[in-house]
Amino acid sequence: MSEASPAKAYTLHLGVIALLFVLSFLLPEYYHGLLARIMVLAVFAMGYNMLFGYVGLLSLGHAMFFAAGLYGAGLAVIQLGWSVPLAFLGGVACGAVLALVIGLLALRTTGVAFMIVTMMFAQVFYLLILYFATWTGGDQGMVVPQPARVLSLGATSLELTNPTVRYMTALGLFSIVLLITSAIVRSRYGRVLVAIRENEERTKMLGYDTFSNKLAAVVVSGTICAASGAAYALLFGYVGSSFASVQYSILPLLWVLLGGAATTLGPLIGTLFMYYVIDITSGYTSAYLLIVGIALILLVLFFPKGILGSIRQRWLGWLP
Amino acid sequence: MADKNGFFDLSKTGLTSKTALTRRTALKGLAAGAGLAVAPGFVRYSQAQSSAPIKIGFQSHRTGIGAAYGRWYEKTTAAAVKAINAAGGINGRQVEVIIEDDGTDPGRGAEVVGKFATQHKTDIVFGTLFSHVVIGSAPAAGENKMPYFVVSEGHHVASTKLNRYVFQPGITDVKSQIQSMAPWIAANAGKKVTQIFPDFAFGYDHRDYLPPALKAQGAEVIAQIAIPPTESSFTKYFPQIPAETDVIYHVMVGPAVLTFVKELGEFYGSNRPQLFGFIDSLEATDINSPGLEFLDGSHFWEGSPRYAQADDSEAQKAYRAAVGIDDNGAAVGDPKDVSTAAHMFGCWETLYVVKKAMEDAGYKGPEDRAKLVEATEALTAFAEGPEHPQGPKTFNGKIHQCFGIQNISKVEGGKLKVVHKTKIEDGLYEAEGDYTTQAL
Repeated sequence: MSEASPAKAYTLHLGVIALLFVLSFLLPEYYHGLLARIMVLAVFAMGYNMLFGYVGLLSLGHAMFFAAGLYGAGLAVIQLGWSVPLAFLGGVACGAVLALVIGLLALRTTGVAFMIVTMMFAQVFYLLILYFATWTGGDQGMVVPQPARVLSLGATSLELTNPTVRYMTALGLFSIVLLITSAIVRSRYGRVLVAIRENEERTKMLGYDTFSNKLAAVVVSGTICAASGAAYALLFGYVGSSFASVQYSILPLLWVLLGGAATTLGPLIGTLFMYYVIDITSGYTSAYLLIVGIALILLVLFFPKGILGSIRQRWLGWLP
Repeated sequence: MADKNGFFDLSKTGLTSKTALTRRTALKGLAAGAGLAVAPGFVRYSQAQSSAPIKIGFQSHRTGIGAAYGRWYEKTTAAAVKAINAAGGINGRQVEVIIEDDGTDPGRGAEVVGKFATQHKTDIVFGTLFSHVVIGSAPAAGENKMPYFVVSEGHHVASTKLNRYVFQPGITDVKSQIQSMAPWIAANAGKKVTQIFPDFAFGYDHRDYLPPALKAQGAEVIAQIAIPPTESSFTKYFPQIPAETDVIYHVMVGPAVLTFVKELGEFYGSNRPQLFGFIDSLEATDINSPGLEFLDGSHFWEGSPRYAQADDSEAQKAYRAAVGIDDNGAAVGDPKDVSTAAHMFGCWETLYVVKKAMEDAGYKGPEDRAKLVEATEALTAFAEGPEHPQGPKTFNGKIHQCFGIQNISKVEGGKLKVVHKTKIEDGLYEAEGDYTTQAL
């Protein structure tokens, strides 16, 4: 694999961002709204990719970080009457703190045990949401009132329910996270993470504190996932426990595997692919999940490193 | 749309002659507009719209936990649409149903509502059952200003915590149902009630609404036993049932209900308290399934009776025939395919409410959605008959919720026999808000 020059990588990233910006003016109404949702969920996948793709830690509990942001922001608006920016930051902070605590505990394990421990913590988080139904709305969830979903910037008010505002906000979040993750994985710290993934013992021998580095990765990953959850609550107006269920821990794993683990744009490609396959096939048959399953099997067989991962391996070695 | 654009282009022509807008140019513009309005193209447009079908987006639980309900909701909807179309449609236009699967998932539900609004461009969205999907989809309905008629029985619509575009005019809500049951339970089953319910929202509705309703009837809830949704064996919970219990009020749902009933039977033997439950536990399940023998002699709430009754109205008989269910509430020709009769009538009745509201509003297309909302809010009552075979109803336009009669049925000889029908007044309660104060 040849190394991409920073200029090449950033040009590609900026090009993707520009393309997404232009698409806002070209896409039909339905796909415009769908892409806004996909960009928010791609951020979730990017957070997951940070830990799974670059550190090699397979978590089955990342729904709890997404849900921490979702509930942190949603409850801040519904119960405390916070403004949108404060609520967003509150949601992100909830995810960061939760990730720190979970990281401190779960990183005492590795491999399969790490998967099981993260899944168990996520299940505890899910059941806590049901248990405190008086505040969380339990399994039914809650609506974030439409009048509260307004972003006030000085004298200007932007309604997050407006499709253009929503799209641009989602694009803004996606762009920031893409550039940040891209910078992290190209940094010295990012190389340490990859070294841990490739051979943790050797990295330790070289004098690196692998626990601290992994803990930092869990916190960064959890914080990004929480940012996605917080944005989802504020942009789409619903906070519900299904987003904390195990299904939403599996989904980012699938998106990342499909798009290409340890590629910066893989999470977006994977999320896009899954969304469109489901959206199109569900129009023809109620057995659409069977088609999704077959598509996944074919991808794993012929593109074992995911779409972008395989392209990088076979043709474009410089892909970030 | 081409004609509409043409209209604006022509108006613009009148205004871009680099002269100030005078009365003469304004009149010219008006004349041009009036001329276009009677032009052949405009006429074609009007005719196309008036004869085009009314498109109803059906948000169906085809997959996921609600699939059994979804399948019967689709059958009932198809039957109702067939009957409406055979009778001339709505405002002289045929009705077309477009189905999208929401996977019984609130996230996908919101996407589906968006898809109906922006891709299929349906006139309304209809048919959702599961509460979390309704709540998850409601913001999308409000943002798209899409009238959203649900058949959910949840209290979420009547709580006025959703938005002005969400209605539930075809099925009563669970708060009203529970309140209606209390007088009969207190008078006929016993005064000391122990509740067993699943530890999630459906159970919480019963946990919260039953005690005050029973108290008002001089009875009381002496114990509440919440069972985690992941539980698969229930014997360990039964010792918590107080010995002085007259009635066990149970609302367990899902596949575990068979185990629950079997273990309850083994625990009590032949000497058991009275049993009262909600048929939600056993919708689409044969009441004669192995393990359910213990339910013989117990009572259930039913929205609409599963089994044909001796005193069924002609409207009820016609409805059952149209949907295709036999006297046992199973699909005609397939006795094992048991319906969700207690709830699915709501689809039939909701579509007739939509028809009435569209006709009252003189509904022509999506531009009249606000009128449709106001016309629905203006409805007050639905008489029992072919359009409302379950029974008469009142409608509170402020909370977008209907109120109706409920059935209490006894399990006798492997069938459910209606032994009591409540009155509409039994289920009325104070409004908790007013949707009509919200902007359209």
